[in-house]
Amino acid sequence: MLLTSYLLAGLAIALAWPVPVWLSKAEFVARAPIATLILWQAIALAGGLSMIGAFALWGLAPLGDSLVASLVEFWRVVSGRTSADGLGALHLFALSTAALLGVHLVFTLLLTWIRVHRHRIRHRRLLSLLSNPSPTIPRTVVVQHDTPVAYCVPGVTSAVTVVSRGLMDALDDDGLAAVLAHERAHLEQRHDLLLLAFESWHQALPWLPTSRLARSAVHELIEMLADDAALQQVPRQTLLRAVVTAATGESPVAGAEAALPEGGLSTHRLKRLITAPVPLPRAAVAGLASASALLVLVPTGLVLVQAVLD
Amino acid sequence: MATLGDLERAVMDLLWDSPDAQTANGLRDALAESASADGKELAVTTVLTVLARLEKKNLVSRERDTRPHRYRAVMTREEHTVELMNDALGTVMDREAVLARFIGGISDDEAAALRRLLDGDPADEQPA
Repeated sequence: MLLTSYLLAGLAIALAWPVPVWLSKAEFVARAPIATLILWQAIALAGGLSMIGAFALWGLAPLGDSLVASLVEFWRVVSGRTSADGLGALHLFALSTAALLGVHLVFTLLLTWIRVHRHRIRHRRLLSLLSNPSPTIPRTVVVQHDTPVAYCVPGVTSAVTVVSRGLMDALDDDGLAAVLAHERAHLEQRHDLLLLAFESWHQALPWLPTSRLARSAVHELIEMLADDAALQQVPRQTLLRAVVTAATGESPVAGAEAALPEGGLSTHRLKRLITAPVPLPRAAVAGLASASALLVLVPTGLVLVQAVLD
Repeated sequence: MATLGDLERAVMDLLWDSPDAQTANGLRDALAESASADGKELAVTTVLTVLARLEKKNLVSRERDTRPHRYRAVMTREEHTVELMNDALGTVMDREAVLARFIGGISDDEAAALRRLLDGDPADEQPA
């Protein structure tokens, strides 16, 4: 039990700091966005599990040699049939920490969901008063405003893409098609659920490097995925132009000075928009997928082994 | 027949477009005029229901010192649009979780660099 709790603690620390730092800087990210996204989810899930598991197992350790035996004994303590003396203050503290952490994570997810949901309702109310359905594009509304902007409001049945008049004026038909394909991918792939999960993960443990790094990585990865989906429908150059137009509100004017933005681009996403990334070899993607699976299976397995070990 | 949501929208449009406060009767007549093809007569009680809902949502204020009560929009259409755009453009902390935006996190410098790239070599498209 003690050994397992130390192993879990080690895993939790690794997943809280060095692993996310490495992944956030990894070069292959832009070449395998889906596999990377899965890896981030595994890191968050395994990180949470091993954190709680380490505290729980260490706390239970004095009560029995196996998880089952110690849980039975713990129940006897809780129901008052055995005194808590065998547990000691430190172990009791570890058990409370595990319980609090679990409750904290679940409640933060719930609260974040409620907050986001309320905000969406408010936003939809504004939209219903101020936007008009596009006569030509399904599930799309137009807001009369000069600022070029496009975004989507997710929902199971009420998902809608919003574009401003300013953006429609700045883009030609191809550019608009690129924007809409990008937004539709966000909605169809339910990227809002990922954002919600990692937003609440960050809200729950804001001081942990992993939660901050994971959140910004996920933001960028879903943009990559939406870009890839849009590229199935429009040429690269069209999407790139649409991104620039949407970012600055003006259509690029030909004839300006040519300069490669060497080092000027900080984001993987923009780099891979300019030059198509070489997809990661199949074996490497399989490696990432296995790593993700192992990350979740190892802490679960460690706890399960404890349960049967006697 | 129009839904309550459609009516709310129509009432707000009327209030936004009129310089003075309006009575429910006046609004009903204006609505009936604009939706002449709609055959069915709109009851004043329906308009009052819609106004009550809008008042509850803090979109409409009621002047109670006259009979019948007069209603006006709390904010102009433009002010509401600014609110909507602020929401969309990210003055709200958790915008990212609410709305996924087309240009997530592109800085001005990057946009300028991209623009130069596009302008300089419009035929540049080589998947590496």
